[in-house]
Amino acid sequence: MRRIISILMENEPGALSRVVGLFSQRGYNIETLTVAPTEDNTLSRLTLTTFGDDRTIERITKHLNKLIEVVKLVDLTEGSHIERELMLIKVKATGAQRAEVKRTVDIFRGQIVDVTSSVYTVQLTGASDKLDAFINAIGETQVLEVVRSGVSGISRGEKVLSI
Amino acid sequence: MEKLSGAEMLIRALQDEGVEHLFGYPGGAVLHIYDAIFQQDKVQHILVRHEQAATHAADGYARATGKPGVVLVTSGPGATNAVTGIATAYMDSIPMVVVSGQVRSDWIGDDAFQETDMVGICRPIVKHSFMVRRTEDIPEIVRKAFYIATTGRPGPVLIDIPKDKTAPQVKLPYEFPKKVKMRSYTPVARGHSGQIRKAVEELMKAKRPVIYAGGGVVSGNASELLTAVAHRLGFPVTNTLMGLGCFPYNDKQFVGMLGMHGTYEANMVMHNADLIMAVGARFDDRATNDASKYCPGATIIHIDVDPATISKNVRADVPIVGPVQQVLEDMLGMLDEHGGQPDQKALGRWWEEIEGWRKVHGLRFEVNEDGLMKPQQVVQALHRVTKGDAYVTSDVGQHQMFAAQFYGFDKPRRWINSGGLGTMGFGLPAAMGVQLAFPDATVACVTGEGSIQMNIQELSTCLQYGLPIKIININNQALGMVRQWQDMQYGGRHSSSYMESLPDFVKLAESYGHVGIKVDRFEDLEGAMEKAFSLKDRLVFMDIYVDPTEHVYPMQIADGAMRDMWLSKTERT
Repeated sequence: MRRIISILMENEPGALSRVVGLFSQRGYNIETLTVAPTEDNTLSRLTLTTFGDDRTIERITKHLNKLIEVVKLVDLTEGSHIERELMLIKVKATGAQRAEVKRTVDIFRGQIVDVTSSVYTVQLTGASDKLDAFINAIGETQVLEVVRSGVSGISRGEKVLSI
Repeated sequence: MEKLSGAEMLIRALQDEGVEHLFGYPGGAVLHIYDAIFQQDKVQHILVRHEQAATHAADGYARATGKPGVVLVTSGPGATNAVTGIATAYMDSIPMVVVSGQVRSDWIGDDAFQETDMVGICRPIVKHSFMVRRTEDIPEIVRKAFYIATTGRPGPVLIDIPKDKTAPQVKLPYEFPKKVKMRSYTPVARGHSGQIRKAVEELMKAKRPVIYAGGGVVSGNASELLTAVAHRLGFPVTNTLMGLGCFPYNDKQFVGMLGMHGTYEANMVMHNADLIMAVGARFDDRATNDASKYCPGATIIHIDVDPATISKNVRADVPIVGPVQQVLEDMLGMLDEHGGQPDQKALGRWWEEIEGWRKVHGLRFEVNEDGLMKPQQVVQALHRVTKGDAYVTSDVGQHQMFAAQFYGFDKPRRWINSGGLGTMGFGLPAAMGVQLAFPDATVACVTGEGSIQMNIQELSTCLQYGLPIKIININNQALGMVRQWQDMQYGGRHSSSYMESLPDFVKLAESYGHVGIKVDRFEDLEGAMEKAFSLKDRLVFMDIYVDPTEHVYPMQIADGAMRDMWLSKTERT
């Protein structure tokens, strides 16, 4: 099962490598990873997605909690939550395709952020499966380049991850 | 406020931590620090002959005393040589602080002379690591390093210091932090009382119980409490390799060590138990055999200070996260409050069954009437001659298992071996650490001709510091455990397990200024050993030739359950 683990950790050199190292050291996979400082710049928020059954996830979260620089963490998929990913994608846009791509971008509520005579660069945000669906709709043969930010997430309602 | 250089700050902070011994080896990146060491006399530096030995010596010191071992090495090869010792301490949860030099900070990343990314190399084998970025941070980093190394589940902590941060020209105010507070690190202080109560209920219901105690009881200083709980309940007790000594070997409730080379009775008790109370043990593969066939009828209570250990390999029914000492103390209180006894009739039947199992194997071995002596006989003689009161360090292999099976430990912190990582070359340097901590104690290093050669250069360190260790070299002219597996699983093809061209260990010991004694007949053994141990102020290297064909039994059968064992070369369960 896909899980989104969100970690609040000390914003110190080496902290990220310890989190990433733990996954390879213990034989787990990281699917996506995103990290940046929070409003308090002594803290970083790291969000990662991984796959595993309950037992594996329990082991992962226990080991992550043991890392000295990890302050708190939450498995967002345990409760209702919002997840977002940002994608920048370059697609071929020539001839009849030009209008078709534009329509598809509108349907997905994306924005064309750069244009040449033959290429559109599109910005799209949403849950990961929405981004997947856009790529499918455009058709892989039209896609020139994709860059995705990895998943960020936050729980719904009044629950907060803070110290 | 007093102003100190970074190097002086480091040494002062070690003094303020109460460090008495520092095991190390100098080199370019740590010369400022060595100069600071020279100008004080509170921290004694022990110059080893190889950095691996510095870490093992600090490790042995820590295991015997319970205090953190401290190491100082230079950058590059000095640091990488220490890696095996750091990993050894990590696997056995030993408190250790390792200070490694680093090239000056503006050279980091330039592939400078003797540069290596020590923080990166050590990441999976330390509890935590620090890179010193500002000289003024040194006192706080040292304080934090010791705090992290010694609290919760102990472990090694690395401090990497670039040379410019220790420079003598830069003097800054020194203040040792009184308190350490880390928002991201708060070790569990107490086990949950509701969980302990639940455990007490299970203990009272049990009909075929066993207490399975490991190294956590030793490192958590909970041996007396464990013994009290065991006596209060009347349950059988087994120890892991790391736990030996936390419950007296000669107590009638002791069924011996469990696991791969555990006693028949210990493994049978485990397999047939309906309740297992694991205390400071981690269900390591050498202690469980195949985890999917593990103890099918047992309810499992697991007490450990590390939540990540609980339900890692074997699912616990009653997990209790907390320091074993406090948990056992609370448990004892609740047992008194409860006032009841476990099912005495069932317990009586259980003990009858156990006494039957004790008779099946009883660590028997055949004695050669007129041939070479058996390694087991050497360990038995060692117990007699030292009256069971020595600190015994060991290396890794058959001799380690024989020492674990046959020495008999009645106190914690007396049995010092690399259980988790299985590091050959550990025994002699570890014995140095123990002997430095307890100059008047009897310290024996049980080793083999394979292991001893992995750190034999330390005979020179022993001479320099006058360490009267007794080396019991059980010499079977082969890498015994490797050969045992080759005999059992590879059709007796002894691929690279024979030791040709062994040195004359007696002459070797003598050339280092020590005493060497060779023994190859059983009738000479005890006399020679008496003589060796009577030389109180000399290191004696006893080179004892034994039967090279001997195997360690019992031996659990791979991928089997706890009860599946070879009992000799021809008998199995």
